[in-house]
Amino acid sequence: MTIAVDAGPVRVGLERTWWQRHGATTVVWATRVVLLAVLLVLWEIAADRWIDSTFISRPSDIVGRLAEWSADGTLWTNTWITVQEIVYGFLLGAAAGALAGFVLASMNLVYRVLDPFMMALYSIPKVALAPLFIVWFGIGMHMKVLLAAVTVFFLVFLNTAAGVREVDRGLIDAVRLMGGTRRDIARKVVLPASMTGVLTGLKVSIPYALIGAVIGELVASNRGLGYLINDAAAQFDTAGVFATLVVLSVIAGVLNVFVGLIGRRVNRWKPADD
Amino acid sequence: MSPVLAADAVTKRFAKGDSAIVALRELSLDIAEGSFVTVVGRSGCGKSTLLNMLAGLTPPSAGEIRYRDHRLSGPDTQIGYLTQHDTLMPWRDVLRNVEMPLEIRGVASAERRSVATELVQRVGLGGFEKHYPRELSGGMRRRAGLARMLAGSPETLLMDEPFGALDAQLRTELQLELLRLWQGSGQTVVFVTHDIEEALLLGDRVVVLGRVGRILLDREIALARPRSADELRVDPEFVALHGELSTALKRESPAGEERS
Repeated sequence: MTIAVDAGPVRVGLERTWWQRHGATTVVWATRVVLLAVLLVLWEIAADRWIDSTFISRPSDIVGRLAEWSADGTLWTNTWITVQEIVYGFLLGAAAGALAGFVLASMNLVYRVLDPFMMALYSIPKVALAPLFIVWFGIGMHMKVLLAAVTVFFLVFLNTAAGVREVDRGLIDAVRLMGGTRRDIARKVVLPASMTGVLTGLKVSIPYALIGAVIGELVASNRGLGYLINDAAAQFDTAGVFATLVVLSVIAGVLNVFVGLIGRRVNRWKPADD
Repeated sequence: MSPVLAADAVTKRFAKGDSAIVALRELSLDIAEGSFVTVVGRSGCGKSTLLNMLAGLTPPSAGEIRYRDHRLSGPDTQIGYLTQHDTLMPWRDVLRNVEMPLEIRGVASAERRSVATELVQRVGLGGFEKHYPRELSGGMRRRAGLARMLAGSPETLLMDEPFGALDAQLRTELQLELLRLWQGSGQTVVFVTHDIEEALLLGDRVVVLGRVGRILLDREIALARPRSADELRVDPEFVALHGELSTALKRESPAGEERS
């Protein structure tokens, strides 16, 4: 009592050499390294020869400053503070955003009532909240964590809510036909269907957690990488400013790797693009 | 014998602004237990609306649907419904999709796995258990949908142009398979299609719907089973029935006699 499976795509094995498999990637990476090296050398040459190094510093000074800060621990304590703010802010904002998005979007009337308010709050530049947060929470770590969290919250909230509201009606009906309760629908359809939205929200909000934390530090603080930038700039120490920016780009790079991992997870049940 | 599924003067209106669109008007239809009823009609005659109401997904605006003499007020697990579009969960592989009705019913995981595996084999998807719906062709998704519906072991099956989007060969193949699965199962089937040939090939009884669900023709089909599409095409009885149905469908066509 079985039928032949219709003609579909056929999977075949491919014999490829190492170069065929990784060649393009290797070329891209090699070019990146060369480009970076060329830029650094040009910078080093340009400093004081063409442009005053008070403004642009020079790579060797920056490396020196990094080594110096690394040795006396300035670099590590301040980086650690900022990383903590990012992580706590992200976790807090993401958890609250996902929960609020899921709950509110499931209640149609409530969602419709609150939607314009949420959009209005979302549209406020989060930097503008910093002075208020200082009044409320002081200039300690709490204020930065909350500033990062607020930024993350709205991004995750909006994406989750969109995910919940775009769930295919047909899938919900399918579960109703199987005798599913509202709980079954929420757990077996709405939750997995909105996961794409949640993860998109997490993905786009990771860099914003960094922005929120650093802006908080720039506005008012006595610790953290944002403080380090302010402090160095106040003393015309451009090498110090650049050194901090290097650290921030490294943190951003690491965070982007996480983003990439999440992206891969999002698309697990979707067909491979390549 | 009282019918297993009955529509009693059902009307369905869809409100749109200040007016309402009437999809069905006072349609009455009795479905006898164990019969295979095909419903034919042009697009927009309310076939899908009728099935949605028979499945308990949408309530009629007036009149009532009765299932085994009870008023149907919501979906019933005794009634399986294969919709026109795929409603497989894209994040579940084939096996877990087929398991779903059992999962909701609270069947233990080992048992539902074995039932689902057997059903997947039966619809010809053996070897594709771990594939996600998007990795399957349209025909394979239909089979998976069919397997999922059967997993709930419903006694009444509603099907809304289930093979509409498939190529001709595949369609014939699945039609035959459906007949094979149905014969001797005692299940009642309501099968909606716009294809007269399909309606005649499958049904014990053909109902032709006109605009707003007016029944233009309701007729028993006595063609001998098992039926084969190739032989039927040259059968004089089939040709006569085909003519009768298409005349019935055409009679209604140009019109504008009944606008609501």
